[in-house]
Amino acid sequence: MRFDLTPDQRDFADALDRLLAAADTPKVARAWGNGDREPGLALWSRLAQQGVTDLADQDTVVELCVAFEALGRHAVPGPWVESAAVLPMALGRDLSATIATLAAPPNVPYALDADVASDVYTVVDGRLHVGEVGEMVRSVDRTRHLFTVTPGDAVPSEELRGALGLGVLATSAQLLGAGERVLADSVTYVTQRKQFGREIGSYQAIKHALADVRIALDFARPLLYGAALSTDARDVSAAKVACSEAAYLAARTGLQVHGAIGYTAEFDLSIWLTKIRALVGAWGTPRFHRAALLEELMR
Amino acid sequence: MDLTLSESELAFQAEAREWLAANVPAEPLPSMDTEEGWALHQEWEAKLTEARWSVVSWPREYHGREASLVEWVVFEEEYYRAGAPGRVSQNGIFLLAPIIFDHGTKEQQDRFLPTMASGERIWAQCWSEPEAGSDLASLKSTARRDDERGGWVLNGQKTWSSRATYAHWGFGLFRSDPEAQRHRGLTYFLFPLDAEGVTVRPIAQLDGEAGFAEVFFEDVFVPDSDVLGGVGDGWSVAMSTAGNERGLSLRSPGRFCAAADRLVDLYRERPDQRLGDDVVDAWLKAQAYRLYTWGTVTRLAGGGDMGAAGSVNKVFWSELDIALHETALDLLGAEAELESRWLDGYTFSLSGPIYAGTNEIQRNIVAERILGLPREVRG
Repeated sequence: MRFDLTPDQRDFADALDRLLAAADTPKVARAWGNGDREPGLALWSRLAQQGVTDLADQDTVVELCVAFEALGRHAVPGPWVESAAVLPMALGRDLSATIATLAAPPNVPYALDADVASDVYTVVDGRLHVGEVGEMVRSVDRTRHLFTVTPGDAVPSEELRGALGLGVLATSAQLLGAGERVLADSVTYVTQRKQFGREIGSYQAIKHALADVRIALDFARPLLYGAALSTDARDVSAAKVACSEAAYLAARTGLQVHGAIGYTAEFDLSIWLTKIRALVGAWGTPRFHRAALLEELMR
Repeated sequence: MDLTLSESELAFQAEAREWLAANVPAEPLPSMDTEEGWALHQEWEAKLTEARWSVVSWPREYHGREASLVEWVVFEEEYYRAGAPGRVSQNGIFLLAPIIFDHGTKEQQDRFLPTMASGERIWAQCWSEPEAGSDLASLKSTARRDDERGGWVLNGQKTWSSRATYAHWGFGLFRSDPEAQRHRGLTYFLFPLDAEGVTVRPIAQLDGEAGFAEVFFEDVFVPDSDVLGGVGDGWSVAMSTAGNERGLSLRSPGRFCAAADRLVDLYRERPDQRLGDDVVDAWLKAQAYRLYTWGTVTRLAGGGDMGAAGSVNKVFWSELDIALHETALDLLGAEAELESRWLDGYTFSLSGPIYAGTNEIQRNIVAERILGLPREVRG
């Protein structure tokens, strides 16, 4: 019984955090959103060297969640869930040298960043097919370029259910990391911003709102890592519900305590606010996962 | 990272499960806050003690079995899973005992712990006063030095003292230095509730039962041997109790899982699509609580301390407890107002955000000590 990250897992998390903190990821995300993929692809390679693309395995789901938490905390753009979590497991092979993406309707109706992917897939009736890329649609998250996909030939796949579940977990981890980032930035802001002669973070209305975010994130994390250990469908759904709602609470509260500056595109908080809104609905909405969980509980 | 028990822990779990299955009363006992229920709960404590289950983590000389932290939590999980009676001795064994272990003399440990463990002597906490609730440090009850008799003379009034109606002894803070302000000059005292000068007046709670009481002190003499910790150190001694109450001690990981499972069963009997989401939320939050607690156990077992995390925990479980019971009452519909186990649980849950430090106080602690926000400007 040891429900905590091991020293190795902590070191891995710290190494990723250091790498990403030094990489000016908001700038990378903005460039990616504006169609300049070079900085994002360079960062992709560096993260791949750290092993982030080698974790889509039953034995390393905890490490996968650690990595995706870091990706969320630093708003790293790109089809990471698809290429580093779902497809290596679905195809049963190493994809670390390529970038791949997929759609899996109805929960994942579009293929993320299909324009940078060398391989694109889609799921039809529980089977993997090659995907023909169609037109791009715009997401609330400017870094998410979404593409319609039509199915081509079927592709042999294994563990598709498990692979899609891994996508749900990886998305949950990103949400948790993004929520943590918004909370940290909000705490920094409310201890600097003064109104009525004192830091706004000394007012109870602000304190209690941010305390509620701390509490929500603290109780989402064990569900994420519990699901990483069991990979049981209902645990995965529970993690997605809790991480989505904790991150969303962080985003709403974070915006509110920042006030008007938080509502600007120029201020970096916007990168996380829009990403969280997108990811809450991605890979199954909280409503979908609650229904799925209820069905499991009624069995 | 793993959530599996070792072989010896599994054996411990099996032993606990077997004993509880054979011994837990088939019908829930009457409320411990009635005369009849009180006696039956004390009998149950005696039974637990006889089989060394009353205080599993304590030393053997005090009726324990020196169980590890993990084993203790495993026992708590089994206890709630078995639907065993509430612990009438809880204020003593969970809140006071850790303080006696940490701050008490060997003589005090020998004198107080055995009867506390066995449930022969039940303890009541005497913290709040009519004018000192959330702002506990403003308390006014006094302890006056009596050198002649070698002790202290207590005067004042405590209130909302849980279990004080039937309990035998109490513990609480008194101002021993009239010159000192707030957190300074307080001392932690232990006293019999039938001592000369003590008057206990039961207060009926929301459910009509006298779960707490007012306690009046008129020149109550307490010998030096019943002072816990140093004279004037009462605040820091008491704060370790507060951490216990908010955090791990009162709530085993399984507590809400058992209730959540019963809620799922209730939904199965009375499905109502509109409440499905609420049932799911209660279930997944109960799981979150369980896993979070295992995380805490891991940290504590590794030598870490609870710190202000107890406040995070307290807000979460108290709100979960209410939401879970509200969902059950919603499922029961018009029958929700009838006396039932769900209704009892609901009424009890309403006290959660108030006792052990209101949730507003807990959110202040989370904001100031965990997030590092500036301290409130205090009057």
